[in-house]
Amino acid sequence: MALKIVKGSIDRMFDKNLQDLVRGIRNHKEDEAKYISTCIDEIKQELKQDNIAVKANAVCKLTYLQMLGYDVSWAAFNIVEVMSSSKFTYKRIGYLAASQCFHEGTDVIMLTTNQIRKDLSSPHQYDTGVALTGLSCFVTPDLARDLANDIMTLMSHTKPYIRKKAVLIMYKVFLKYPESLRPAFPRLKEKLEDPDPGVQSAAVNVICELARRNPKNYLSLAPLFFKLMTSSTNNWVLIKIIKLFGALTPLEPRLGKKMIEPLTNLIHSTSAMSLLYECVNTVIAVLISLSSGMPNHSASIQLCVQKLRILIEDSDQNLKYLGLLAMSKILKTHPKSVQSHKDLILQCLDDKDESIRLRALDLLYGMVSKKNLMEIVKKLMLHVDKAEGTTYRDELLTKIIDICSQSNYQYITNFEWYISILVELTRLEGTRHGHLIASQMLDVAIRVKAIRGFAVAQMATLLDNAHLLTGNTQRNGICEVLYAAAWICGEFSEHLEEPMQTLEAMLRPKVATLPGHIQAVYVQNAAKLFATVLRKHEGETDSQAAQETSQLLIDRLPLFVQSANLEVQERASCILQLVKYIQKLQQKNVEVAEEVTALFAGELNPVAPKAQKKVPIPEGLDLDAWINEPPSESESEDEKPKAVFTKEEHKHSRSRHTEVDEKELARRREARKQEQANNPFYIKASPSSQKVYDAPGVEHIPVVQIDLSVPLKVPGVPMSDQYLKLEEERRQKDKAERKKKEKKKKREKRGKGRKADSGPESEEDIRPAHQVDIVTEEMPENALPSDDDDKDPNDPHKALDIDLDKPLADSEKLPVRTHRPEVLKSPAEDRVHESIPQETKKRSGKEKKEKKKGKEKDRKRSKEEKKKKKHKEVEEELLESQPEEAVQSEETKEAAAPPTSAEASDLDFWLCSAPVPPAAQEETAPSSAAAVDTSSAAALESEPDEPKDAEPEDTKSSKHKKKKQKKEKEEKEKKKKKRHHHHHHHSDAGGEDSVQNGTVEEEEPLPPMSNYSLLAENSYIKMMKEDADQVYDIQGNHQDESKVVVSVIFENKSDSFLKSMEFNVMDSLNSKLQRPEGAGPHDSLTVPFQLPPGVSNEARFVFSVQSIVMPQKLKGTLTFIVKSDESSTHEKLDFKLHFTCTSYLITTPCYSDAYAKLLESGDLKGSSLRLEGISMPFHHLLARICFHHHFSVVERIDSCASMYSRSIQGHHVCLLVKTSDQTVSIDAKCDEPSLLGNVLDEIKQTFSKC
Amino acid sequence: MIKAILIFNNHGKPRLSKFYEHYTEDTEQQIIRETFHLVSKRDENVCNFLEGGLLIGGSENKLIYRHYATLYFVFCVDSSESELGILDLIQVFVETLDKCFENVCELDLIFHMDKVHNILAEMVMGGMVLETNMSEISTQAEAHSKMEKSEAGIAGAPARAVSAVKNMNLPEMPKNINIGDISIKVPNLSSFK
Repeated sequence: MALKIVKGSIDRMFDKNLQDLVRGIRNHKEDEAKYISTCIDEIKQELKQDNIAVKANAVCKLTYLQMLGYDVSWAAFNIVEVMSSSKFTYKRIGYLAASQCFHEGTDVIMLTTNQIRKDLSSPHQYDTGVALTGLSCFVTPDLARDLANDIMTLMSHTKPYIRKKAVLIMYKVFLKYPESLRPAFPRLKEKLEDPDPGVQSAAVNVICELARRNPKNYLSLAPLFFKLMTSSTNNWVLIKIIKLFGALTPLEPRLGKKMIEPLTNLIHSTSAMSLLYECVNTVIAVLISLSSGMPNHSASIQLCVQKLRILIEDSDQNLKYLGLLAMSKILKTHPKSVQSHKDLILQCLDDKDESIRLRALDLLYGMVSKKNLMEIVKKLMLHVDKAEGTTYRDELLTKIIDICSQSNYQYITNFEWYISILVELTRLEGTRHGHLIASQMLDVAIRVKAIRGFAVAQMATLLDNAHLLTGNTQRNGICEVLYAAAWICGEFSEHLEEPMQTLEAMLRPKVATLPGHIQAVYVQNAAKLFATVLRKHEGETDSQAAQETSQLLIDRLPLFVQSANLEVQERASCILQLVKYIQKLQQKNVEVAEEVTALFAGELNPVAPKAQKKVPIPEGLDLDAWINEPPSESESEDEKPKAVFTKEEHKHSRSRHTEVDEKELARRREARKQEQANNPFYIKASPSSQKVYDAPGVEHIPVVQIDLSVPLKVPGVPMSDQYLKLEEERRQKDKAERKKKEKKKKREKRGKGRKADSGPESEEDIRPAHQVDIVTEEMPENALPSDDDDKDPNDPHKALDIDLDKPLADSEKLPVRTHRPEVLKSPAEDRVHESIPQETKKRSGKEKKEKKKGKEKDRKRSKEEKKKKKHKEVEEELLESQPEEAVQSEETKEAAAPPTSAEASDLDFWLCSAPVPPAAQEETAPSSAAAVDTSSAAALESEPDEPKDAEPEDTKSSKHKKKKQKKEKEEKEKKKKKRHHHHHHHSDAGGEDSVQNGTVEEEEPLPPMSNYSLLAENSYIKMMKEDADQVYDIQGNHQDESKVVVSVIFENKSDSFLKSMEFNVMDSLNSKLQRPEGAGPHDSLTVPFQLPPGVSNEARFVFSVQSIVMPQKLKGTLTFIVKSDESSTHEKLDFKLHFTCTSYLITTPCYSDAYAKLLESGDLKGSSLRLEGISMPFHHLLARICFHHHFSVVERIDSCASMYSRSIQGHHVCLLVKTSDQTVSIDAKCDEPSLLGNVLDEIKQTFSKC
Repeated sequence: MIKAILIFNNHGKPRLSKFYEHYTEDTEQQIIRETFHLVSKRDENVCNFLEGGLLIGGSENKLIYRHYATLYFVFCVDSSESELGILDLIQVFVETLDKCFENVCELDLIFHMDKVHNILAEMVMGGMVLETNMSEISTQAEAHSKMEKSEAGIAGAPARAVSAVKNMNLPEMPKNINIGDISIKVPNLSSFK
């Protein structure tokens, strides 16, 4: 047998493998294509063979050829064959090839479903891994639908390697099959707290990617992410989370407030630039989301800007680039802070790196002011001259125009200067942005009336020198400018000094080489100019000049009549005939000027680009309705529908058209007239718009005398510079004048009191050279507010905008293949099959009903309310007496869903407890207080009261808060149900009126429980230790060794700065502080932050523990330097770390079936405990055990509950807690008796304290 | 999301291309050409970020690249990725290649494109970063090659011998196209663990 294999492989060892192929291609450099085509022929032969090894080899070569750009889709079927090989090596080749060339259009993909499913459930983790990797590249909607459930199962695989891949691929599945998102989401969320950091990171990755597109659906996860952010040390995860918060904060400003502090701490403490940069970015996002009137945050902005400046000043170009990028984000909301770094940004403009220059340009946009605009633009113009690449030059050009035209030309003080800049820009050769300059020229000339005279003069010069612009190349984009020039000269020809000369220039034969649309404008405006010339010569006795003009047109226009461009031709021939007619009249000495001018009377107003869209549709106008009856496509077809539909309907529709009587018509006519009068677009009969010319205010606009000694017309001399000088002089003069005035004022005011000296010239002081009134763009009256969100309807993420908080319906469950046994039960299903005592079920089912009713009621809050309520109560009673099954099915549905609605309100709760800066609090005091109340009330109301439900979802951060609420609520619900559940209905909706009812209940709240206990304290510092709840079980890596993470909060109580904090612990045999590699066993750990006065921060220390059955005590010292203004002293603080056995327990959810099995197994040894005189309610008791001792409730029946927890070394601890008459008995079982004994002691201690 | 990962040499010859969105072969080649054109004309000491080309993605996307001796490693990413993070990821990728190939050079990539793909698959999956820990990536890659060897068993022996023989007479094969100094680090950028 072996011999046969060897023989077979010897046969094919002279087959070409991938290496041979590559080598061959390298050796045939001259005739590569030919060589490859022979190779492809060989491959085709190989694919025909039966031997899978040969096929795999061929497919491997095809993958290489695919990279070189050869289409290999013809081999898709062979790829599938290789994928299904049982050997890993070949399978991998197949999947690789598939991932490189399969896509949604590949038809053989549907053959792979079963193969992939088989691989996914393969016992070999690498088979599964390879299948997941491949699938991630070519998953289609069909594959996603069919495999979603299998992949979801893999998310709970025992191997982290598979788990992380399965988690990651879920994102692709969601994209292709959005229905899977809701059923899979609870498990995905669980994975955020997976013990393996890789899986955790993958889950963060997926949720971040989802949340980026539809952030509002993920707000409820904020507390969980917040906890992760403060606990994670993986920079990748941190960056992702911080980026996510950046996306969430715009939706929830309260979140932003909560974020600022930890982010600022991170900025101070981190050494990783990538993390620092993302923190700064998110802080910026937060600051943007908060309303601007937030004085408290100026410090944060300063910090960001400072850090960014450091980045920009760095010699590393990457940091410089990112610094500028982030700076531009601050710019939008806090331009002032950025403006102070103008020097730095201008410096970056000279950088040799184009990317950096472009970013600096972006920033300039926001840096300009009236004062420095000219200066900055001058600098940019210099760059334009120097720039070598056209792309960069074009970018500069657009930026100059952007900067100048921003916010309605706000910063331009002198439009003559701007026009000259635009004219100078026309000298750029080969730019693509001719049309941009042209539209600017048009815009300015139309909207700034005072500038028209100047603009016309400049445009006339341009037209005269058109040969400079058109140059040699036809495709030169700059000739677009001539379009604007011709139009401006024609439209505002009354400002022209020498209309005749311009007319001449416009009719030069060379014009015929311009693009058609420009010629058309030329022809049309030549006619306008003609009218002006005629008017000028009107009244002159000698009509020679006028007649010469007509002749000129008649001579030149035929050139345009022959144009190939239809528009040019039509206009030219029209105008030619007109001129010929005029000439005839002229010869008869008829005065025609008036009539010719009338042809072009009226002014064109600027219209906003969106105006057309914004015209509101008049009432009663249905744009989709037929004006006439739709024409029938064919007679015979028309007959049938008539027969099908009833005649009455037809009649009705017709009557609508005919029944409009005369009165109605008259009314409509009147309305239309009214509307036309108001409609700026409607061309009215009378040339009323002529009035614009003699509008008041234009005449007495002071137009600055231009120093004409500077030759305006010489091309090549940058004219804009003179304006810069002029402007400076003007400002100086202004300043001097102002000073004089101020002196006068001061003299006057001297008696009254001293006025603060007016410092440097401020923004407002700069008086514009022209008193320009910028005509705003017209919009139709009663235009609708802008609401067109240009969302891409094809965006695949749109489908993922799914409310994740709604309970899961039965229909939404992922398709499960029934003929294959489930490897793992999903927790959702587990819950359904659980044998929960009927009583509990019934209650919760009823409550759900109640809630529904509440919503309904709110919707129709009518007079009938009372009646209805009664009715409902009856209904409810009926419900109670209904057979169990009905309730149960209801319960099944609800229980399958995570209690996410509660989570949304938890978010509110979590956010409300955020330390709000005092000023902000004051500002929003009344409203936020109300919000707190309502939201917490809502939180109380809406949480379903199955204790077991909460544990898996429990976030560590809000653990105690949530539990507290839940217990309270549970109790309340019971009472309310009996007494006044109508209150309940109101408060459910969060209405203000019901807040009191929701919160002020007879039940006393649970005393606040804190995880933190005082560790040590002196006059400088306070250390609080959190019960080691962050326990990582990494048994897999280290035999018999487990790690415990201890969080310690350091709070600076003094007025001095604390730095160089060092934390040290005397190791015992059993427990050791984890020190970095290379450190000795007695070296201390540096606390990674410093503490300014009054600030607290949290640090985490990892201890390795060998045996966990006994509590441990470790002695430690904290040394630190107290630095005040005068001196700095070295201080030290001793403390004792107490590791209770409880701290080795991890809250682990357990399903009751598993719990029962565990107890049955008989491996556990029992012990029991009796507590006397416990007066607290049972649910408080349970909450305490859960909270302080990390247990979770498995099941609760009346005053009896079973609880479960697991130690980090995998010991099971089971409790059965019973209570009667102030006596609590706890029966406990554990596979490690000494551990159990210690845990019970600790529980006893907890209750003896209260 | 990572949209594409490209490796090409100083002459624009593709050494590895991985697109996480579907394009036709022609478009892929065009993208590689365009990217090469954009990247190759940049100086050595300018920043490693580029606004994306026209073909791949448009304004939302960025090209993040590193140049090692004869090879360009280019990642095309969208705005959800951290620029410096990706830069570090490229470093991790190259260092992993260096570890797996023992002093990686361009020839390794030329002749073992499949292996490079497999290593990449342990790091980036479907456009999302799967693993950033170098030792974890190389552990998995080694496990793969171990499985490969055990599967080949005796049957693989003759093929290996032949390929060794084939490789013997290759005097023209330049050995010195090393990827070069892979320890170029972004200052202050602590590497990801």
